[in-house]
Amino acid sequence: MLKILLTRIKQGCRTLAFPKGQLPVLPARYRGRPLVAGQRGPVDLGVSTFTPDSGMVHTTDFCMAARRRADLVLADNEKLLALEVNQAIVKMFGRSLKLRQVSAGGCNACEADINVLNTPVFDLSRFGIQFVASPRHADGLVVTGPVTHNMRTALLKTYEAVPDPKIVIAVGACAISGGLFADTPQSGNGAGAYIPVDLYIPGCPPHPLTILDGLLRLIGRLRGE
Amino acid sequence: MEIFNGGNVASADIPDLSAADFRREVVSRCKADARLVNLFGCSLEQGAVRLFAILGQDDEASLSIVSTCFSADSPSYEAITRDLPAAHLFEREIAEQWAIMPKGHPWLKPVRYHANYRGVADLWPDIAERPIPGSYPFYAVEGEEVHEISVGPVHAGIIEPGHFRFNCHGEEILHLEIQLGYQHRGIEPLLCAGDLQRGVLLSESIAGDTAIGHSLAFCEVIESLAGVVAPPRAQALRAVALELERLANHVGDLGALGMDAGFLPTSAFFGRMRGDYLNLLLALTGNRFGKGLCRPGGVLFDLDSGMADDFCGKLRQYKNEFEEVSALLFSRPSVLARFEGVGVISSGDARELGLVGPAARASQLEHDVRVEYASGMWQYHHIPISLSATGDVYARALVRRQEVMRSLEFLLKILPGLPRGSVQVPIGPVRPNALAVSMVEGWRGEIMHVGITNSQGRFARYKVKDPSFHNWFGLAQAMRGGEISDFPLCNKSFNLSYCGHDL
Repeated sequence: MLKILLTRIKQGCRTLAFPKGQLPVLPARYRGRPLVAGQRGPVDLGVSTFTPDSGMVHTTDFCMAARRRADLVLADNEKLLALEVNQAIVKMFGRSLKLRQVSAGGCNACEADINVLNTPVFDLSRFGIQFVASPRHADGLVVTGPVTHNMRTALLKTYEAVPDPKIVIAVGACAISGGLFADTPQSGNGAGAYIPVDLYIPGCPPHPLTILDGLLRLIGRLRGE
Repeated sequence: MEIFNGGNVASADIPDLSAADFRREVVSRCKADARLVNLFGCSLEQGAVRLFAILGQDDEASLSIVSTCFSADSPSYEAITRDLPAAHLFEREIAEQWAIMPKGHPWLKPVRYHANYRGVADLWPDIAERPIPGSYPFYAVEGEEVHEISVGPVHAGIIEPGHFRFNCHGEEILHLEIQLGYQHRGIEPLLCAGDLQRGVLLSESIAGDTAIGHSLAFCEVIESLAGVVAPPRAQALRAVALELERLANHVGDLGALGMDAGFLPTSAFFGRMRGDYLNLLLALTGNRFGKGLCRPGGVLFDLDSGMADDFCGKLRQYKNEFEEVSALLFSRPSVLARFEGVGVISSGDARELGLVGPAARASQLEHDVRVEYASGMWQYHHIPISLSATGDVYARALVRRQEVMRSLEFLLKILPGLPRGSVQVPIGPVRPNALAVSMVEGWRGEIMHVGITNSQGRFARYKVKDPSFHNWFGLAQAMRGGEISDFPLCNKSFNLSYCGHDL
């Protein structure tokens, strides 16, 4: 027992201050919101896999989530705080949001970085957000993956099992647009083709801070810069 | 015919045996001292199919390859599984992908539910029609007191989908059947269809938690066929990234095991410490899973001496923390009571099922690609094989603990003296009509990629084997005679990939 306490004291408090205080600074090589200037046309964050050899220049800005699919298409170097707040969602889920995760062909990278939100570093439960074991206990779904042929029915059934009113969050390029697997024989083009999506979180996979930022903005816990 | 890790041979030179001789060769050699490393099909012209078997003689670090051809009108052969259980899933895959019937296969069921790649009638009618694999013939135990539990595909956690069917008597599991295929994205045909740039991105998404392992295997196949060797500095950086990937996952697994044994302090500490390694990968590659590092011909990111010093300092601190927290986990009587004797796989069973990776080493099978089929940096720095004898959850946890320490020592050794020079060389055209093999010891075990080129130098077939493909049946075997409540713990002790299996 003493050893446990001693280790606990040594480990200290590791929880990020985010969203309070200064924004956390990510390493220089981190590929966040891309700069559109110099690109031939608009940049679609919902399709991008944020690969280093795409020719794009990236900032280290991790705030990229959007409420509408169209907002992910960047025409200029605007900053994406595009979270037009839905008051109904804020009123209903602002203090307590229970989510069920469905992996529909995800490669387990998005899933792993959603899971990380439950570690002491991000401590998701301090915001009243929790991942639950059954869709019947949930207020919404978090979908990852392009929605494979073999997962389509399971996704639709899980969606039906969530009581109304409910929300859907698409995490990662695959769930938003099909990503690398768009228009391929065994996969769909993301969750939006089957169920209405309320929040898009781009990345391959998104950094945990991108996901957390998106969730907090969705429920009105984080606004403005 | 001999082939070495990272080597390639002309397809025409590979021995082409009759189906009976092929079977005899594979079975007799595996009964002696070889291991079935891979068994897969490749389409030829006019609906014919060629089967390849790759056998590994781990003691002598030698790989060999044999093949047999089937014409379009005789698509069946005597199942190898009857004499060699390790072939079981490979033969199911061949039946599904090429509509070739392994006659007398004791467990012939679909694997991933898709139409075959030959464009002929499937062995299972309508297999590709229904979106959900609804017609799976589960093994059923009969009797008044037997009950079934079905779990999935959507599980009670943030994990991938799969269906588990338990046949139980009270709390005792008589049999567990694992049905996968939900994550099937058709990676192998996509890898053949696209260009290199797309191929390497796909390889990073075969299993996102093994992005380095699979992209490294992909790059080595391309480099082999192009006759190019990645510069030493690139090979060292790949090794750094692969070990960081192993560290992150092993540390995370130990945390999850603590959680399932009901010991929360270490699960919180390890959960946080896993992130430390991912953040090093982020600093190196700009992505927490190392996506974007490995490219054919080398790597896209360098590590300057300042960064290398910073990494070393951090790793020394992480090593101290790991020693302290793992000592805490492995000294709690409540944890040990939960780990010991649960989910036992004997050394003999592990060998017969063909297990790989930490799960095999926990059952005292001495096999590690980094040692036996060493390529790249591992030719110059040897990592001892971590072994344990008891084959239970404790052994699988202990092997991970040892491997974490050895990976840390390896990194601390190579980081201060990285080879100098460039990190990437250009890639030329690839050799046509050839077959190239690459193996990587990913954190789950042996990854193997095989690329077969056609006369235009494009892939006619690309075969991916994730270690999970070997090990899922091991998990089912480990649960026999166990209790239902042991399943989560046992499952974590294997921590297999769904998408790596489903492809």
